[in-house]
Amino acid sequence: MNKLELISALKNETDISKSEAAKVVQIFFDHMADALANDERVEIRGLCSFFVKKYKSYTGRNPKTGEKVAIKPKRLPFFKSGKELKERVNS
Amino acid sequence: MALTKHEIAEQVFNELGFSKKRSIEIIESLIEQIKKSLESGEDVLISGFGKFRVKEKKERKGRNPATGEDAILPARRIVTFNCSGKLRKKINGS
Repeated sequence: MNKLELISALKNETDISKSEAAKVVQIFFDHMADALANDERVEIRGLCSFFVKKYKSYTGRNPKTGEKVAIKPKRLPFFKSGKELKERVNS
Repeated sequence: MALTKHEIAEQVFNELGFSKKRSIEIIESLIEQIKKSLESGEDVLISGFGKFRVKEKKERKGRNPATGEDAILPARRIVTFNCSGKLRKKINGS
């Protein structure tokens, strides 16, 4: 399912217009992205939670050439499945 | 202090003018659509955000970390998330 299909499904289930559904989906994901960019946790009960993990810089190697590469510090979102989602996916 | 669905519903209320109760219903429905898709084994791909994928895990031997006892972890399905390049850039502030 992609974003357009999600918008369609939301429109059909809630009886709102397509443009309203598109706006809601945009607000939902933009808000989560903004929170993560501000290093804030996201907790959507039953679905999932996210937090930002910080990785220090390290010297890596290009596995093809064996060359040393300096990897800069980075931040990545860490996903955790919610309890309800976990159970439903696995049943 | 974490972002929750209530804050997201608040934003829907502010921007789209649905009542607060209706805004929450709409957000709940959106979350339900995502869960339904994953439950049916179908990935959810959100461009600009990331991919929620359903993965099949095979049965494997594990250990109970508390007791040290051997245990068999049964085959199961889990959800994983792959961050999109756009979100990754946003989080790293570039």
